[in-house]
Amino acid sequence: MVPLADAGELTTIRTQGENVMTTLKTTPLHAAHQRAGAKLVDFAGWEMPLHYGSQMEEHKRVRESAGMFDVSHMQVVDIHGPQAQAFLRYLLANDVAKLKTEGRALYSCMLNESGGVIDDLIIYWTGGASYRAVVNAATAEGDIAHMQKVAQDFDATVAPRPEFALIAIQGPQAVEKTLPLLPPDLRSAGDLKPFSAVWNDKWFVARTGYTGEDGFEVMLPAEEADGLWEKLKDAGVHPIGLGARDTLRLEAGMNLYGTDMDDQTNPLTANLGWTIALKDADRDFIGRKPIEQSKAEGVKEHMVGLVLDGRGVLRGGTRIETEAGDGVVTSGSFSPSLGVSVAFARIPAGVEAEELHADIRGRKLPVRVVKPVFVRNGEPQIELKS
Amino acid sequence: MSEAPKDLKYTKSHEWVRSEADGSVTVGITDHAQELLGDLVFVEAPEAGSSIEAGSACATVESVKAASDIYAPISGEVTEINEELADSPEKVNESPFEDGWLFKVQPSDAGELDALMDADAYAAHVEAES
Repeated sequence: MVPLADAGELTTIRTQGENVMTTLKTTPLHAAHQRAGAKLVDFAGWEMPLHYGSQMEEHKRVRESAGMFDVSHMQVVDIHGPQAQAFLRYLLANDVAKLKTEGRALYSCMLNESGGVIDDLIIYWTGGASYRAVVNAATAEGDIAHMQKVAQDFDATVAPRPEFALIAIQGPQAVEKTLPLLPPDLRSAGDLKPFSAVWNDKWFVARTGYTGEDGFEVMLPAEEADGLWEKLKDAGVHPIGLGARDTLRLEAGMNLYGTDMDDQTNPLTANLGWTIALKDADRDFIGRKPIEQSKAEGVKEHMVGLVLDGRGVLRGGTRIETEAGDGVVTSGSFSPSLGVSVAFARIPAGVEAEELHADIRGRKLPVRVVKPVFVRNGEPQIELKS
Repeated sequence: MSEAPKDLKYTKSHEWVRSEADGSVTVGITDHAQELLGDLVFVEAPEAGSSIEAGSACATVESVKAASDIYAPISGEVTEINEELADSPEKVNESPFEDGWLFKVQPSDAGELDALMDADAYAAHVEAES
């Protein structure tokens, strides 16, 4: 038994034994993961749970009831100052001027001068001249350096907040199970619309997530994280590892940074066009010119969803044959919810065929082209051929 | 340390072999292997009646995480495959040494079995790899 291909999404993960443990960072929930018997792996320099027994069961729990994820390795960054809005309108490809209500959030890419994606993030308007961003773990250091550099030309400060722990609670029962455990002054979180948050001086509760299910992402002081985790567990919320997090986000049609796009990727070829706000012609932002140019010229490739109805699993790197040349799977896995393999693939623009072929270890297997959203709120978004 | 029954023989690539009374052998993957792979979703066993050669890839197992080749521990003719794995590949995770067996082989040279490791040697091999 020798691995032929690792899941592309988890290529940064190496197993415990192959690593020098002392170099890995840990989150405030590390002891909780060990108590729960987690399989711990190196994820972007952090020792994180891959699963607590069965990735498949964890995936299904989130779709069917509720699960919780330690996402404390992601970094909270606060932006403040008289020119905070102007700074963010220049820094980000989406437009924070769209945030009209305190607590509202939007998803955005942060682009480089060539239009490549430095990172994707969520940014909240926390009122007045203040914003809060949450960025990916693997890119956090570079993100913060970049943000601070760009901020030099603005009257705005960029302050990382590493003292927070982050717990995501997701699933159809996530809200009802979490609400009673929130500080009383934050229970209005039950009425939050998606992409909105409430907070007090210590906690921050947002109706966001990375699974395609309802739920919360809770930022709280590190020393309170273990307590909330245990109470959630007692309430029937199961710990979920990064393995299921990856299959859940893939089914939900959500990109993974470093896999579906990176600093060389034109976001228009990664199904991210909807996040690039070009409407306000007067707004300059980093990467605007190359994106406008590629839009005018037309992109050479785009991202689609694929379904493999037969036996086999599409994985990152799987070659896709089209009449206009080869495409490639960026993220692919077996879908625990659908019982077949699904994937995102970047293929030549203009390919109209509804069926393409995937080269899986030399065998050409037919795959269906679909919109890259497979499951939302527990419901299949694609037709299934049983 | 995961379980490795004493009455089986093992390969370095984490297959196990059980000698049956009728002279055939049953082949599967070890508990350690299924643990590394995680939840299995497909098993592609060799066809019954086909010939396999010791040391060559003869089957593939796919988990949510990865695809892996299975190497033939012994040369011979495949006499039976575990049909139940088509619908229930998770049996390999749940019961790697019993219900989760992969296929049976009629060895062409039973002497090849002597080249395989016993449980203690396999345990030491797993230890050294981790």
